Amino acid sequence: MSFMELIRENGVYLLSAMGKTLELTFLSLIFASVIGLLFGMLNVSKKKGLHLIANLYIDCIRGVPLVVLAFFVYFGIPLATGIRLSALVAGIIALSLNAGAYMAEIVRAGIQAVDKGQMEAARSLGLPYGTSMRKVILPQAIRTMIPSIINQFIITLKDTSILSVIGFPELVKAGQIVIARNFESFKMWVIIGIMYLVVITVLSKVARKLERRLSYGK
Amino acid sequence: MENKSMAEKHLNADGSKISVKALKKSFGHLDVLKGMDVEIREGEVVCLIGPSGSGKSTFLRCLNRLEKTTEGTIIVDGYNLTDKSININKVRENIGMVFQHFNLFPNLTVIENIMLAPVELKKMTKEEARETGMKLLDRVGLAEKAEVYPSKLSGGQKQRVAIARALAMNPDIMLFDEPTSALDPEMVGEVLEVMKQLAADGMTMVVVTHEMGFAREVASRVIFMDEGYIVEEGTPQEILLNPKQPRTIDFLNKVL
Repeated sequence: MSFMELIRENGVYLLSAMGKTLELTFLSLIFASVIGLLFGMLNVSKKKGLHLIANLYIDCIRGVPLVVLAFFVYFGIPLATGIRLSALVAGIIALSLNAGAYMAEIVRAGIQAVDKGQMEAARSLGLPYGTSMRKVILPQAIRTMIPSIINQFIITLKDTSILSVIGFPELVKAGQIVIARNFESFKMWVIIGIMYLVVITVLSKVARKLERRLSYGK
Repeated sequence: MENKSMAEKHLNADGSKISVKALKKSFGHLDVLKGMDVEIREGEVVCLIGPSGSGKSTFLRCLNRLEKTTEGTIIVDGYNLTDKSININKVRENIGMVFQHFNLFPNLTVIENIMLAPVELKKMTKEEARETGMKLLDRVGLAEKAEVYPSKLSGGQKQRVAIARALAMNPDIMLFDEPTSALDPEMVGEVLEVMKQLAADGMTMVVVTHEMGFAREVASRVIFMDEGYIVEEGTPQEILLNPKQPRTIDFLNKVL
């Protein structure tokens, strides 16, 4: 079969699988951002205990491959607790925990990149730590974090492919299913590769625009 | 603490505004302040001078607990800063601080910089804070810059905004940490002018400075510090024109 025929035959199916991939990516990144913000803030905390908790989480996640985490959540947790998780939910949990750890590091670096004088100025006005963080430090930190967040976004988008191992019908899994039927390995993986490439290129272009728009007063 | 009358609340038991006793501060093994006693009365303008590394800035930063003290006591407005149980944010509301590098918030416009603390701390509504902010900007001569971001301002303008921001909480005390040291020479004057105004209005001020002219003209007292100690203190006349201690004489010879 030619490329055109393959696309005509499987295009809709592959596009809907791409939709699932994006859904998984977006949902996971939303949760990862919350986790990252929380643990990133704990990490810059002057309180020893909080700092340790954040580091423990980050080190654990970074020390375990995503596949292991995915298997653990999808197969391990139901066995231990009796709670069945759908592939989507298990996938979101695994990806969120994974990306959350990297987001936490991005948040930490972003906060630490803000000049120390900013926090001092805010605190010297009588603002509590939390308010200073929210109104002064984080708005500035997020700006420096944007390139890294975009990067993490792309990594997470690509990491969704790993969830094919737990049977979630994202793009790679869809490709495997199609190939099992038509044996067109070479052409199919070219098509799928190009689909990832296009989506990621478009997203990073949009993100760069956003980054430029967010730079205030320059 | 809350039930104190106004007069008591804003003065220490001995009638001073700031009372520092046997203050020591070290960073790890480095002793920066080695035992300082200072008493500052309401309305006084105290200038701290001395070579760099003498502990002037550290001393100033102890006065609103940006640095935690190692030993000794600091009592400001009747609050013992070495007591961990006090609400330091409440104390800081009453102590404005101006930094060498301005530290304006670049993510906020000039007027938002000024409004932030009064609004967040529920001292004023947004409208009141804006009105107060505009009055303060007018006072420092920058009303027309209200809506611009700090990156559009010159150094001198930034520092005047920083002063307005510190004044927005209507503090009794203003701390200045080398407010003109990061400025181009032609901008020093405009900042010192604002500070002179403040002093004339009766603000209690503690100023770390290298501007001997300002100290001579405005200070009610000059403190010369070296190596974590107060070497000599007195009126500007006494310290700047007739210093007694060799180290003071040596320092003044170098800077004047």
